[in-house]
Amino acid sequence: MANLAVNIAGVELKNPVITASGCCGFGREFLDFYPLSALGGISLKGTTLNPREGNPPHRIAEAPAGMLNSVGLQNPGVQVLLEKDLPWLKEQNTVLIANLAGSSPEEYRAVTEAVEGSDIDMIELNISCPNVKAGGIGFGTDCDLAGGVIREVRAATTKPLIVKLTPNVTDITAIAKVAEAEGADAVSLINTITAMRIDINTRRPILHNNTGGLSGPAVFPVAVRMVWQAANAVKIPVIGLGGISTWQDGIEMMMAGARAIQVGAALFTNPMAPVEIVEGMNAWLDKQGIKDINDIVGTVKPW
Amino acid sequence: MIQEKAAIMGRRQLSPGVYKYLLSSPGIARTAAAGQFVQVTAPGFFLRRPISICRIDPQAGTLVLVMEVRGQGTAAIAGLGSEDSLDLIGPLGHGFALKDAASHALCVGGGIGLPPLCQAAAHHGANAAVVAGFRSASAVILADEVENLGASFAVATDDGTAGHHGLVTDLVKKHLEENKTDVIYACGPMPMLKAVAALAKEKGVECQVSLEERMACGMGACLGCACALYDEKGEQHYGHVCKDGPVFPAERVVW
Ligand SMILES: Cc1cc2nc3c(=O)[nH]c(=O)nc-3n(C[C@H](O)[C@H](O)[C@H](O)COP(=O)(O)OP(=O)(O)OC[C@H]3O[C@@H](n4cnc5c(N)ncnc54)[C@H](O)[C@@H]3O)c2cc1C
Ligand SMILES: Cc1cc2nc3c(=O)[nH]c(=O)nc-3n(C[C@H](O)[C@H](O)[C@H](O)COP(=O)(O)O)c2cc1C
Ligand code: FES
Repeated sequence: MANLAVNIAGVELKNPVITASGCCGFGREFLDFYPLSALGGISLKGTTLNPREGNPPHRIAEAPAGMLNSVGLQNPGVQVLLEKDLPWLKEQNTVLIANLAGSSPEEYRAVTEAVEGSDIDMIELNISCPNVKAGGIGFGTDCDLAGGVIREVRAATTKPLIVKLTPNVTDITAIAKVAEAEGADAVSLINTITAMRIDINTRRPILHNNTGGLSGPAVFPVAVRMVWQAANAVKIPVIGLGGISTWQDGIEMMMAGARAIQVGAALFTNPMAPVEIVEGMNAWLDKQGIKDINDIVGTVKPW
Repeated sequence: MIQEKAAIMGRRQLSPGVYKYLLSSPGIARTAAAGQFVQVTAPGFFLRRPISICRIDPQAGTLVLVMEVRGQGTAAIAGLGSEDSLDLIGPLGHGFALKDAASHALCVGGGIGLPPLCQAAAHHGANAAVVAGFRSASAVILADEVENLGASFAVATDDGTAGHHGLVTDLVKKHLEENKTDVIYACGPMPMLKAVAALAKEKGVECQVSLEERMACGMGACLGCACALYDEKGEQHYGHVCKDGPVFPAERVVW
């Protein structure tokens, strides 16, 4: 059996497979299928300082080999996470990643301060949210806005900080470099790709929000490309996600440069996907005679 | 909740585009309850399709599902042959809060909303009255099945080709006037549910409704299937059809 453990910013994960934020709630929903201890880590539902109701329905639309969502960060607020879910989560023997969001740098800072003294192992900063003060431009699509919010958060926490990047940019390496320069310990990518579906009978967008985020296998090649570009642009570890649904996808993403991977929408088709990916990667490494999964990271041989 | 490959033991067309499946699904049948649903893989599609459980036989380890072809995913499921199996996750959600079998139940179904009521009707047997609305006589389904449960069955059709010419809610109104009713279980299009809930309220009869919404996970993990509800204090919030429902007390629903 090969070594599957990976180290991200000083935190050891027993295997490189993390379930992606927004796809596994606060960890209780998939317990009928496997214990959380089977996972390298869990990225918890995007959490804000105050409770958020999210967007009106419909919030889900299907796409070829994927789906769109416009959940709109519905969450009960950070206090509920800390008081109701964290005491249980910390007993589950997996790395706990809080996915934090806000609509202003101050709000990002406040939610970070709220988790600072807690048993959360790592912070994943979701900078795909619109900045309300800057007229709704996404923090993650503008280097200055992104830099500002990462700086605020970095100053508020000593926990390992992962910055989660949005793919809705022209140059992913520019934002990745900003994250590194502002003191992020790692980056994760990709978040969802802005997308739209229209019901041709009613001429209405299917999503009440008109647009939503595309994820699932449809986005996998885009994610591989961006992870490869980001991994070549920064020295901090890259966590790769976007459309991973099989162990082969996991290996491919790690060859592109990811030190760990996340599995999101694939859970909806196949709840067992994360566990099957761990098992499949392990079997492949053994068959290849590779002793350590870290040895495949970034080993793509570009033309 | 488990994932199970359910062999298709029988498949029959009930009306144009509507299929009844008898499935071998011992794991899900063992714990399923009236009004719960399963998420069915549609071959070639990313998202599973939510389908309510029509009948449960835990001894035989079987489930009955009744599915109408609406779009491409349900068409792909309908294209599967009797040698295939359906990939199910279930049982999911909260079903009907069944009253004592001796109490008098009125089951109100609109079209494909009828099948999800069958297990509840079976629970009440001869104490259940089932009323259902369809487009026309050719769309009427499950008449024999409902009568075999010992329940009474009345239909309304839009074009008058079978039963009452008009809305199923006309039958509900008549039934409530003429019969003692302890509880109403309803499933169908939103306007029908809304009208039934209003009639129930007027008569002071408890009413439970089964709602639909587009789903991804089906188990409360993605928060995709939002529906507007009132909480205990009467304040509005978004609950989730797959986990908090699909069956809700009618007074909780923001109509
Ligand atoms: C709890 C629940 C129980 C259901 N029970 C039954 C049943 O017993 N029998 C039956 O025939 N149908 C039932 N439905 C409706 C059934 O799920 C849809 O008709 C089906 O998903 C349509 O898929 P499609 O690919 O044919 O249509 P498309 O329109 O091509 O589907 C596109 C996407 O929208 C979703 N979608 C479309 N219509 C609906 C809808 N009405 N509800 C939820 N999602 C929808 C699909 O799942 C898919 O993700 C139920 C729905 C819910 C939520
Ligand atoms: C229903 C849903 C909800 C999501 N919610 C969040 C969230 O709260 N925070 C976040 O950073 N990403 C969120 N995402 C994005 C995923 O974490 C992930 O980045 C994206 O879906 C791509 O990966 P995938 O193709 O494996 O799903 C959500 C995705 C989905 C499908
Ligand atoms: S479908 Fe995911 S929460 Fe209901």
